[in-house]
Amino acid sequence: MTETPPPDMAVSEAPRPYTLVAELTYRCPLRCVYCSNPLDFARHGDGLGTADWLRVFREAEALGVVQLNLTGGEPLLRADLETLVEGARSLDLYTNLITSGIPLTRERLAELKRRGLDNVQVSIQDVTAAASDRIAGLRSFERKLEVARWVKDLGLPLTVNTVLHRENLDRVGEVIALAESLAADRLELANTQYLGWALPNRAALLPTREQLEGARATARAARRRLQGRMEVLFVTPDYYADFPKACMDGWGRRFIVVAPDGLMLPCHAAHTIPGLVFDNVKDRSLEAIWQSSAGFGAFRGEAWMPEPCRSCDRRAQDFGGCRCQAFHLTGNAAATDPACSLAPDHGLIETARQGALQPTSVALEYRTAARSRR
Amino acid sequence: MSAVSPDNRPRLAPKARLRWDRKAARYMLLYPERGLVLNATAADVVQLCTGEHTVGVIVERLTAKYAAQPREAIEQEVLTFLTRMAERGLIRNGDD
Repeated sequence: MTETPPPDMAVSEAPRPYTLVAELTYRCPLRCVYCSNPLDFARHGDGLGTADWLRVFREAEALGVVQLNLTGGEPLLRADLETLVEGARSLDLYTNLITSGIPLTRERLAELKRRGLDNVQVSIQDVTAAASDRIAGLRSFERKLEVARWVKDLGLPLTVNTVLHRENLDRVGEVIALAESLAADRLELANTQYLGWALPNRAALLPTREQLEGARATARAARRRLQGRMEVLFVTPDYYADFPKACMDGWGRRFIVVAPDGLMLPCHAAHTIPGLVFDNVKDRSLEAIWQSSAGFGAFRGEAWMPEPCRSCDRRAQDFGGCRCQAFHLTGNAAATDPACSLAPDHGLIETARQGALQPTSVALEYRTAARSRR
Repeated sequence: MSAVSPDNRPRLAPKARLRWDRKAARYMLLYPERGLVLNATAADVVQLCTGEHTVGVIVERLTAKYAAQPREAIEQEVLTFLTRMAERGLIRNGDD
């Protein structure tokens, strides 16, 4: 009687999407300094109506998708969220709401549960109101705790997500204690990935190796102590790894992201790479895009790989790392991910790490529509 | 707290949901951002994890269904599987 590894780890030749990331809107009341939405988010409106999204869910499920992440921006800003949850559940999709918790009432959350919501992931930026609100750019901490308690009161499973960076890494023990006090089923300790708004804020956010190792040890001990009660995930930042992460489990292998304007993407930042052509779900079926869109094909498989990836033993493990990171750091999306210690451009990462050792006092750049339109 | 004994009445954790994967004709156990592929017997066990049946009853049911296998072997497999699932927080033992 065996269970095999999760689909994201299973070895299989043919690309099959398991997860649809539905970015319902880029709008958000929070202004987090590490937001993963593109810098020009304000130029992309909500292009898909309720019927469009329901069709996207249906076609995704037919392609093999079993997991649905409803995210944004802030998905609660969609007035049709209840209808979308109901539609997703009728397709038997495991539906996860990824939210800041704002704006929400307990009644609306209860209604979302009635419509079939499976899990709620609430972001909490830090362990005190002052520190959390500073990163979010909005007074929101107390309300988030209240929302997290509603989730549990209503009998829904709760994931707490905390993005880690140099200001809160030393408090990981307190983050874990907070998640325990909320009776979270799962705690995601996600080190900042330096894309989107995190890249211009990198000097303020990048931790030292010492901070990171301390937090990792704390998380490891908590994982053992809480086994079976609370799942503790610690997502390693690739700036301090020897090899890059298997970004999205490989380009166009396991994930479909649909952006608010309807662009179908292999990851949430792929449309920030110039020169790639992506299709809109309003123009073509998901199957046609998955099978034959130029953008999805661009970095599938190994043919695009330069050396040292092309002859590397790890190429089927990490798929060459993150294409967006390669582009945003080197200007070439087909370069080896600079996070890899074997990459010709790895010096860019080493320089950033050196910078983290110097005390810095850089102003945080908040995610705002005004800055986005510049 | 993860070890499972024959008297426990295991039930699926609230975050986990069993789903038939028609694309690959198999069961998957889904939970946030993850999924486990289950073989037929593992799926049988999960379907009986409703909080009503003891592990003993689950073993009886499987023994009846898979008559070619000795009961002891089935019991051992069920206990090992349920313990592993409890460690992952996907099964509750019924007393927590």
